[in-house]
Amino acid sequence: MKTAKQPVLPKWFYQLASPKWCYQITGTLLPFFATLAIALLVTGFVWALLFAPQDYQQGNSFRIIYIHVPSAILAQSIYITMALSGAIGIIWKIKVADMVAYTCAPIGASMAFLALITGAIWGKPTWGSWWVWDARLTSMLILLFLYFGIMALYSAMEKPETAARSTAILSLVGLVNIPIIKYSVDWWNTLHQPATFTLTEKPAMPIEMWLPLLVMVVGFYCFFATAMIVRLRNEILTREKRTAWVKKLVTEIDR
Amino acid sequence: MTPKRKQRLILVLFVVFGAAIAVALTVYALSQNINLFFSPQQIANGEAPVGTRIRAGGMVVDGSVKRDPNSLKIEFAITDYLQTVIVNYEGILPDLFREGQGIVAQGEMDQNGVFQAVEVLAKHDEKYMPPEVQDALDKTGYDQEGNKQ
Repeated sequence: MKTAKQPVLPKWFYQLASPKWCYQITGTLLPFFATLAIALLVTGFVWALLFAPQDYQQGNSFRIIYIHVPSAILAQSIYITMALSGAIGIIWKIKVADMVAYTCAPIGASMAFLALITGAIWGKPTWGSWWVWDARLTSMLILLFLYFGIMALYSAMEKPETAARSTAILSLVGLVNIPIIKYSVDWWNTLHQPATFTLTEKPAMPIEMWLPLLVMVVGFYCFFATAMIVRLRNEILTREKRTAWVKKLVTEIDR
Repeated sequence: MTPKRKQRLILVLFVVFGAAIAVALTVYALSQNINLFFSPQQIANGEAPVGTRIRAGGMVVDGSVKRDPNSLKIEFAITDYLQTVIVNYEGILPDLFREGQGIVAQGEMDQNGVFQAVEVLAKHDEKYMPPEVQDALDKTGYDQEGNKQ
């Protein structure tokens, strides 16, 4: 017996799958995220650098946490976003999902780089070493190399469809690294301390220290949304340049 | 979901779980080597090799730090509250080195069971607090978790 096909996912999911729709929706969302990102990052920076109290052992050098932790969280969140949209692209053959995965890679790579650099700068005075091959640091470095590998694989392929398919598979394989990064400090003896800031437990720092950190984390997420949307809209226009609506849009701007 | 999509979903799940199982087994096999350091307990049990470069980690024992007034030589003991290892070191210590602090020392065990360190790293914990809070806690004699010291 044949029944009418029921859509498994909500309507907006299928609407986002249309490049034209996606371009319009992201266009209205962009100013919202951009404003929020600037407001939160400026507030967070000033609060973190000028008003948050010093640490009893590290003094002022602990303030690097306000960049290090958000960028490390983002590097992992962006990787998950990239792998999931790659999977959606493979399963449903949605072009927009492929483009999202493509736009995520460089942003995630810069976040991973920022986390590693700030960690090294903090590690020298605090631990006494720029770099230690412990499980947390090494798995984070692997994450950076995964991003590099994915970007290299993209640029090595000519057809966007095959490039999207192979990079999606690579990013899905690399997904196993994410829980390793997260739990490395609990599973093994590492020099890196366990998480100060978790969703499930009370933070191991007082509220006047973690509140600016929370502002920074949310600000970083908004920054990612802004940067991703800008790159995605650009990518949609480039790949859909032969369609009527893009031609119309471009000629309208010209006039 | 169409059969084709279902097939591709299975492919995706297969890739993710296949990679996860492969890495889990590798990591499990290497689990000893991934640890950054040996604890004093492991060293006392003879799990740590003698005469090769290893790392030892533990808390610096209160009152064990002896500095040589004429050089940078320092001797201290580290403990995991089960066993204690004496460490000798010559050089500059990180800012966070102090009694009661967790450290990781790189070096080797000599015949006398003394750890000859060539590098000492301070291990920071996940707890942060303002200096005033620490002062207040010191006065009352409680630590951060509210235990009497």
